Amino acid sequence: MDHPPRPDSPAESAVPAAQSSAELIEQTPEFRELRSTFRGFAFPVTVGFLLWYLLYVLLSSYAHGFMATKLFGNVNVALLLGLLQFASTFAIAAWYARFADRRLDPPATALRAEYGQVNSPREAAE
Amino acid sequence: MTTTTLLAGSAGDHRVLTMSLFAVFVLLTLGITIWAGRQTRTATDFYAGGRSFTGFQNGLAVSGDYMSAASFLGIAGAIALAGYDGFLYSIGFLVAWLVALLLIAEPLRNSGRYTMADVLAFRMRQRPVRTAAGISTIVVSIFYLLAQMVGAGSLVALLLGIEGEAAKRWTVVAVGALMVLYVAIGGMKGTTWVQIVKAVLLIVGAALMTVLVLAKYHFNPSSLLGAAAHASGKGSAFLEPGLKYGATGTTKLDFISLGLALVLGTAGLPHILVRFYTVPTGRTARKSVLWAIGIIGVFYLMTLVLGYGAAALVGPKVIKASNAAGNTAAPLLAQHLGGGEGTTGGAIMLAVISAVAFATILAVVAGLTLASSASFAHDLYANVIRKGKVTEQEEVRSAKLAAVAIGAVAIVLSIYAEKLNTAALVALAFAVAASANLPNLLYSLYWKRFNTTGAVWSVYGGLISSVTLVIFSPVVSGAKTSLFPHSDFHWFPLENPGLVSIPLGFLLGWAATLLSSERADPAKYAELEVRSLTGIGAH
Repeated sequence: MDHPPRPDSPAESAVPAAQSSAELIEQTPEFRELRSTFRGFAFPVTVGFLLWYLLYVLLSSYAHGFMATKLFGNVNVALLLGLLQFASTFAIAAWYARFADRRLDPPATALRAEYGQVNSPREAAE
Repeated sequence: MTTTTLLAGSAGDHRVLTMSLFAVFVLLTLGITIWAGRQTRTATDFYAGGRSFTGFQNGLAVSGDYMSAASFLGIAGAIALAGYDGFLYSIGFLVAWLVALLLIAEPLRNSGRYTMADVLAFRMRQRPVRTAAGISTIVVSIFYLLAQMVGAGSLVALLLGIEGEAAKRWTVVAVGALMVLYVAIGGMKGTTWVQIVKAVLLIVGAALMTVLVLAKYHFNPSSLLGAAAHASGKGSAFLEPGLKYGATGTTKLDFISLGLALVLGTAGLPHILVRFYTVPTGRTARKSVLWAIGIIGVFYLMTLVLGYGAAALVGPKVIKASNAAGNTAAPLLAQHLGGGEGTTGGAIMLAVISAVAFATILAVVAGLTLASSASFAHDLYANVIRKGKVTEQEEVRSAKLAAVAIGAVAIVLSIYAEKLNTAALVALAFAVAASANLPNLLYSLYWKRFNTTGAVWSVYGGLISSVTLVIFSPVVSGAKTSLFPHSDFHWFPLENPGLVSIPLGFLLGWAATLLSSERADPAKYAELEVRSLTGIGAH
């Protein structure tokens, strides 16, 4: 499936002309828009869920009384917060899936359609 | 005392049954491996399974690689003995997947080819960065491998009911030989199918037990919790954090250190990262992570029920008598659910769940062997030693030889390292991955100025600091549970080095980049960005 003359590394696998074409694509407004859309989602959401996880870890270590508060039956705050970490993980994953489908895949596909053939003979095969 | 004595009553039937189920699994997976081996022709087939798997298939395989013996037996056992503190592991292990989903999986798939080092070396001078990344891949994988093998040796021997040191060693040798066969014959294609079969078996087994446990409490989780707290003898403290990590200020810091290593380690585990190369596009890589998050999340919720169920139904006394670390809690619970010791139902359930645990261990060690031998062949041998002047066939042959060598090293180390604490080894693997690999991956993908000097410093800095801190921690000396309990040369108070070594890895990569006079190549960064976001030029 790979090109017969074996390239040493991914970086060198593109023909020399492709490098300048990558820089060309990188400068298009479409690509810049795609990059900022992606980063505008991924970076703040990552900071958010890491802080939320850290809060949970710190509460478990240093707020024993609060975590031990019983809510109903034998269910306490600790269990609820633990299950909420599961819920938030599922929710963020689903949110990103939707976001990527709508906001990332269409512009990426468009860029591939416009420039993809330039430096990737294999892309079409996939 | 071992499980064998506890299970003496049913030993006869369950051993025959367990052995037969093991044999069926081994024959089935060997059949798959030989079939896959016949279809493996190119290097892409061997390293990346021909990039032909679907998102769902790879999601199952990723889950299979991730749900190791530590996840199934370890977490259920930890919950059964330490109550709520055991659950904290599952949360860290799961949330960690969001880092992989949002920041790593798709760009890695689009910009790399066979190994993690492909991405790290993309913009950099090849030889220094590939050497560093290859070494850290092999170190992380061998620690992880060792943990599985040491666990497998004692556990499989326990589950099979074989007694004596010799039998235990033969078990380790057999596990090692099988994993080398899977990898050398089946390559990534064979290994992926083994993971898929194992993941399905593990989920079905865990789901069956979960339903049986909940049925005993009329599907009321609150009464299960109450029964577990009562049987534990610790009362409501069993359902609260702190039983294991709440003792002193140091253990609390240790817990934060562990939490950090768990949440940041996953996205730097080489054997998980190479799984994303088995799918055709970045979009399918995303789909595999989404499936994996769903499967792994549900699985960890089930281990919560199994852990509390084991505490309530089997009781901590019996579990501790069987294995002090709680590793046999899940099999013992299975026996109880089937009708208890000495009954046919109990024997069947025990045999089935033991076989599932065995499948789990075998599949995970195969995945680890593949990732490390691939990195040896592709990064160290082909690109560093032979400077890229090597044919595809030579490279794949060296990967197969490396698999044999790594298997042999793992077998020998696990025989001599029997007394090592397996949990410490897994936590170390996560801490090393988070310290040496994650900073580098993130800087490479998202920081334009990052350069070769920074990459080399962050890998070696993270690697050396995390390993050194563990050597001088209570894991190795100075405590009753240490590797060398009779000597004391520890000066680092925490068992997990993550709290220090992870920030250090990030800091060194950042500082070394800014302090060196080397300029990053903007054209290469443009190529990496375009490739990782759009898939243009991806392999």
